[in-house]
Amino acid sequence: MPSTAQNPLALVAELTHRCPLHCVYCSNPLELQSRSNELSTGTWSRVFKEAAEAGALQADLTGGEPLARPDIVELVRNARGVGLYVSLITSGLPLDEAKLDLLVDAGLDHFQLSFQGAREETANEISGTKSHQHKRRVLEWIKRYRIGLTLNFVIHRRNIDELEEMLALVDHSGPGCVEFASVQYYGWAFANRENLLPTRQQLDHCVERLNRAEEELRGKTRVVFVLPDYYAKYPKPCVGGWGRKLMLITPSGDALPCHAARVIPGLKFENVNHRSLREIWEHSEAFQKFRGEDWMQEPCKSCERRTQDFGGCRCQAMLLAGDSAATDPVCSLAPERPKIDAILAKTNEPLRAGPATAPPTSLLAKSDWLYRPNPA
Amino acid sequence: MSVDLNSRPRFAAGCRMGENSNQRVLLMPERALRLNGPSLEIVSRCDGKHTVAQIVGELQLLYSRAEPRKVEQDILGYLALLQKERALDFEP
Repeated sequence: MPSTAQNPLALVAELTHRCPLHCVYCSNPLELQSRSNELSTGTWSRVFKEAAEAGALQADLTGGEPLARPDIVELVRNARGVGLYVSLITSGLPLDEAKLDLLVDAGLDHFQLSFQGAREETANEISGTKSHQHKRRVLEWIKRYRIGLTLNFVIHRRNIDELEEMLALVDHSGPGCVEFASVQYYGWAFANRENLLPTRQQLDHCVERLNRAEEELRGKTRVVFVLPDYYAKYPKPCVGGWGRKLMLITPSGDALPCHAARVIPGLKFENVNHRSLREIWEHSEAFQKFRGEDWMQEPCKSCERRTQDFGGCRCQAMLLAGDSAATDPVCSLAPERPKIDAILAKTNEPLRAGPATAPPTSLLAKSDWLYRPNPA
Repeated sequence: MSVDLNSRPRFAAGCRMGENSNQRVLLMPERALRLNGPSLEIVSRCDGKHTVAQIVGELQLLYSRAEPRKVEQDILGYLALLQKERALDFEP
């Protein structure tokens, strides 16, 4: 028997797959949904209400780029109106001062602004668009409001050496939180992995610098660092455990236990157009599939850590071990761990990694990237 | 980092009280903290008006069966934790 569901805590609302950026590690699926399939304002508002009724506390409005929705102000107002804590997970484009003013007025609690680098040329290359200067302007506008601010730097081989400049940007803008989130390898990032995975030397330097930053910023800015899974000893408790805390709704209304769940073959997803969120959360086959521990294999099944990491990430197990019920291959106890070690060995080959002084990516041509397109 | 008894704690930007299924919570970016009993009594006084000393005094009265010194220590420890989590600012 799968275990009984507790309440969902957070609703991740992928409002759209449209985005002015084309980031090479985008967490959206390779098959993007078009505008014509997106849920209406009314349906999203019902989803927010049902989420609050099911016990959720937070709504993360994301995408694609949530600001690409012309009704974004109304959606923020309606999510807040039913009592949810509303975060906007955004690139800051397209946004002007008047729109920001409307969003704050509608009850936006928290603005999470992504950065693709600290240097304009890096950021523009990674996002496949000119966006960096605009983001810096958005940061200046936000200072006028008393809302939550998180800066999110997505870090990888190509920009991890810009850490000092990223920290200068943090110092200048004083957010409540800064995240240095390493790229994880799914979807677009999986396709671009060879160009994105940092070297061990880069990572060691990063960890050492961020430990100091945490002390320097204590009481001002909370510093969060997310290690690339491949370098971890044990897997992350992916989405806080399958079907335990989080529910993601795609632009067309499918309910997923995590953003990458579509890579698992045979999973059937329910749609919010046909069933209530509560019904889906409690009964959907996809949410039940890896809830609890019954699905686990060895070494997870008898492992002490299974209540902490829940066996790691199901999608990563699928991508790397070809079995969605296998132990996450990044785990040092997993039978498939040698695959990860081989990838890391290749990344850290002396020739490829280069001397410490030279950027290891200088050999990389722009044409090596696979850019995420904008859906119709 | 120690907490100044004369400072006035208030919610940091992006933090507020919330409620769901009769459970009070402190909502913060990406996180929420359940508030019960003493933690609810402390957090609901973090309004930018009460000083830390006043919060301590009021809770010592409220929990008069507990050792006053212990009540103070617990409150200072909890406020320091909330400051580290960036849930509170301390106004002079």
